[in-house]
Amino acid sequence: MDTAKLIIDQVGKVFPTKSGEMVALDQTSFSVNDGEFVTILGPSGCGKSTILRIVAGLEQPSSGRVLLDGKEVKEPGPDRGMVFQSYTLYPWLSVEDNISFGLELKGVPKKQRLETAKHYLNLIGLKGFEKHYPVQLSGGMKQRVAIARALANDPKILLMDEPFGALDAQTRTIMQEILLKVWEESRKTILFITHDVDEAIFLGDSIYVMTARPGRLKKNIKVPLDRPREFSIKQSLEFLDLKNELLGLIREETLKVI
Amino acid sequence: MFSRLFTPNKEIPRSIYIGAGIASFVAFVGIWSLLSYGGLVNPLFLPAPDVIWKTAVNQFIDGEILSDIGISFSRVALGFFFAALVGVPLGMLMGSLRIMEGAFEPIIGFIRYMPASAFIPLFILWIGLGEAEKMAVIFFGTFFQLTLMVMDVTKNIQNDLIEVSYTLGASKRQIFRKVILPASLPGIVDTLRITFGWAWTYLVVAEIVGATSGLGFMIMQASRFLKPEKIIVGIIIIGLLGMIIDLLFKALYRTSFSWMRKEG
Repeated sequence: MDTAKLIIDQVGKVFPTKSGEMVALDQTSFSVNDGEFVTILGPSGCGKSTILRIVAGLEQPSSGRVLLDGKEVKEPGPDRGMVFQSYTLYPWLSVEDNISFGLELKGVPKKQRLETAKHYLNLIGLKGFEKHYPVQLSGGMKQRVAIARALANDPKILLMDEPFGALDAQTRTIMQEILLKVWEESRKTILFITHDVDEAIFLGDSIYVMTARPGRLKKNIKVPLDRPREFSIKQSLEFLDLKNELLGLIREETLKVI
Repeated sequence: MFSRLFTPNKEIPRSIYIGAGIASFVAFVGIWSLLSYGGLVNPLFLPAPDVIWKTAVNQFIDGEILSDIGISFSRVALGFFFAALVGVPLGMLMGSLRIMEGAFEPIIGFIRYMPASAFIPLFILWIGLGEAEKMAVIFFGTFFQLTLMVMDVTKNIQNDLIEVSYTLGASKRQIFRKVILPASLPGIVDTLRITFGWAWTYLVVAEIVGATSGLGFMIMQASRFLKPEKIIVGIIIIGLLGMIIDLLFKALYRTSFSWMRKEG
């Protein structure tokens, strides 16, 4: 039996609106094991980002609690690294300073910081870009640096909120491969939000499908694909079968809210 | 080519861009010359360009104008310095802390519509006729606008940038110092550039009443003795000083924020 790294225990979120209360997330429970790559798949506006924001501590749950290594999450902290869909690099910092920003906050000496930055730059395939500024990078490069920045802090879990959502389809698939390589090397626990079925299957050990508003877990599916995964796996029968099943589930939910 | 020049948002060759700016100046002096040398306007109301030039040269040789420039500049610079010293931090706090915005935005929004010039009699009563009173006018004329503009700059920082900083372990203090400050710095420098320009316009107001020196005083004296050429020299000097400061701010902006440009 694996050990649960992250426990989402009956977490729900209700937002007050002018016309009364709006349930963004119904009471939801699930757990993520140490070193596991879990993807959450759902239609737009199903509250999947809300789960992630609650785990990050950026939002408080209306009910329930989140436990990381048995400790309740109350506020944001460096033990939970996050990558957003929007580009969130600090435009005034060079790539290496961006990556080592979290270490600087902790007061890690400069020499050590830059070494760590170098290591992660190599990992994401951006060696030689140390002194570049974010404005000089493409969207895919920016998101790779954002991933490196989150990892450089050595968090217990990496939270990714549709990190490739703003990228074009070609860049997106390459980013998925890079992320898998990084994950295989670092074995970080990852909770990854997406509305892209291919992405959810290709990346995840386990997929949680969510219902449309109010968000609820509809189904949990273990991905039966071996690791390490290559791009070509997307053509395999298992992949396509799973894809069809998931497309059906998502379609049902999307039709409810369209 | 011609149609390209009038297509919205289209880039044009730099030579044409600069040429257009020079053409405006030439046209300005051209119309002025036409009106004065052409005898269309009484020289008592609009002296010719060469008269202005000679007056300016004489005034600089005479040297008195230099001390006027000096005293005016120090009034503007100091009045503005104090406005920025208080306004920038206050604006940043108002832009990032809702409680500060709630407390100060309404009252600043109210006071900023009060005319600074109308306060001059009160300032004279309160702080007398000295330098402090002149600076108070300039402070009053710029502080409130400046604070609100800095607030807007700080408010417009992308919220994700602040949230990601929390997830990287930043404390509230670090968010202010390492995220909000550098993120709003370019906007703040730009705000200072614009409001410093306004400070010059309040200078004349400040020096019209109860002053015995400065460019505004010089203009008022010239007006009393019906010397339009001196008035125009004073106005042009203020314009030039304002433009030079503006260029300095722009240069500061370019060199300090090179990370904003693609070529690095």
